[in-house]
Formats: sequence, C-alpha cells, structure tokens
Amino acid sequence: MADLTQAVIHAIQDGIPLTPRPFALVADDVGSDEQTVLTIVRDLQTRGVIKRFGVVVRHRELGFRANAMVVWDVPDESVCMTAKRLTEDPAVTLCYRRPRRLPNWPYNLFCMVHGQDRGSVQEKIAALRHAAGIHELPFSILFSRRRFKQRGARYTPSAAVTKACTDG
Amino acid sequence: MAAGGTSIPATPGALPGGKSARPRTADFSASATLTEFDRRLLDDFQRDFPVCARPYEAIAERLGCDEATVIERLQQLDAEGYVSRVGPVFRPKRLGASTLAAMAVPAERLQEVADLVSNYSEVNHNYEREHAFNLWFVVTASDERAVSEVLTDVQRRTGLAVMDLPLAEEFHIDLGFRLWPT
Repeated sequence: MADLTQAVIHAIQDGIPLTPRPFALVADDVGSDEQTVLTIVRDLQTRGVIKRFGVVVRHRELGFRANAMVVWDVPDESVCMTAKRLTEDPAVTLCYRRPRRLPNWPYNLFCMVHGQDRGSVQEKIAALRHAAGIHELPFSILFSRRRFKQRGARYTPSAAVTKACTDG
Repeated sequence: MAAGGTSIPATPGALPGGKSARPRTADFSASATLTEFDRRLLDDFQRDFPVCARPYEAIAERLGCDEATVIERLQQLDAEGYVSRVGPVFRPKRLGASTLAAMAVPAERLQEVADLVSNYSEVNHNYEREHAFNLWFVVTASDERAVSEVLTDVQRRTGLAVMDLPLAEEFHIDLGFRLWPT
C-alpha cells in the first residue's frame, strides 16, 4: 500500500491528464486500477497530505502581477495571535512562522499578499497592518520582481516518503 | 529555462492529456481574453474539484456544458500559461522536506545564480525580490538531508551564503487563489 501510495503521489505531482478518465491513466502508470487510485487520492486529502486538489492557476498571467512577501518581527509569545489576525484578511494567502537569522534577518512571520498592481498591494498591506493592530511591529515588504521558476513541488519517492504515508 | 527571454509557443501535449507540455510564461494581461466561463472554471475548481472517475464531466454538469468543452478549454488555458496544472498541492512537512532559502546576490551575478538555482530539480519556486536578500527559492526533496545538500551545493558553487528558513509553523490553509471576488 505504501509503495502504491508513493507511486500515485509521483504520478500526480505534476498534474493529472486532461482526458475524460484521468485517474484511469494514472492507474495505468502505476499498475493499479482507477478505483484504487481514487481511494488513495481521497485518503491523502482526508489525512491532509494533500491540502488542496484542483486547478492551480498562474496568478501573474491572470493579471495579478504584483505579489509581496511581507515579513514581520513578532515577539515569540504573540506569534499565534498575530498570525490569526493576519489570516482573517482574505488578502493574505499564506502565513508561516520561520526562524530568525540574526543579525541579518530579524523577521519570524511571513505572509503573501497578491494584487493587480503594486499600489493595490501596498493599500492591502496598509489596511492589514491597521486591521490586524500590529502597526508598531517592525516589518518589511519584499515585492517580487522576476519569476525564474514556478511549478509544483516534486517529491522523489524514498524511504522518507514511505514513512510519511504510513504514519498517517 | 527561459533565460533567453524568447517566448516559445506552447505545443499541445505529445502525451494524452497534454501533461508533457509545460507552457512558457505568457507575458500579457488576461482580463480581456477570459470569458465568464473561464472565470468559473478557474475560480470554482481550485478547491472543490471533484475527485472522481470523470471529474471533467462533473465540472461540466455544474457549469452547464459538456465534458469535451471543459477539457478543451482547460487544455487551452494550460497551453496559454494561465493554468499551471490540475492536481494536488501538498501540505508542507507531511511529505518529504522543504525549506525557503534566500541569498544576497550581487546584481551583476543575479541571472547567472538564478539560472544555477533553477536548474536543480528540487527547486520549485525561484523569485527575485526587492531586498538585500534578492533571490528567494523553495527547495523540496524526499528528506531534510537532501534539502540541505542542495543548499550546501548552491553555496559551494556560487561562493555565496544561503540563508535557510525552514517552515516552523503554518497558520493559513491554502484555499486556492480567488481571482474574482464574489
């Protein structure tokens, strides 16, 4: 089962085919049958290994040309509360805590804000700082310039993947 | 790599379903060319995608058209670069290991270093950002050792420091990217 789950993950990580029965083709790929593949994919969704399954869009091509990574230096004890406030705003699409790397990098809370242009992203961030009541916290806005690469993550099947799949 | 800056016309897939043909960046605004049908196709199925034997038929039923229309349009949107893929987004840390890495690259070396970084199959996102740390990329691999080997290798090959910022906690569930607020 674990091997088959790995194989399915490997087969779908770059996307499923745009054909009437995509999971049947995936099944052919991994030497299984359509129903088993569907069960595996649904199980990965239920367990949260797959957090979302569906159409993955390229926001730049769709006119959302500005995207900013906004980073904050939040006292460790209030990271959760600050993150909760930030994520209530629909403008925030991702919010992560990451380690500081002093002295070069004092920021420990990261979020992404997208918009049609730079001005609208700046407005959203200003509103966010106000609404989230965190206007006094040190922060930095890192607008994206060039995109050199964007695609789905690839997980090469290995013992580690097997472990993640069997741990449930 | 699209290093030359030349747009290569997307070729419809050589394999059934067009999976093999990853489009190059289409560098123009989409708003004028997308129909209401496209908007529903792109907005409504980022998350509520029917994982069933005939998913495109199920989508067609919801959109009031036929399966072939859904498939053809998704193929076009894929070829035009609006759609990256139809498939899974994995939750970080549940499967393998990943990290966000940043580098402060001298401006005159940025393209060269960015190309070197993009060439690793473990790198899935790679962006220039406006900051002293001007190159940001995500490394994903089967385990933490494989991730750290990539960072070490980039450091060795470029002679530049790589800042490793692994995920400590995720606060937001990615519900997709809403294009047109409803």
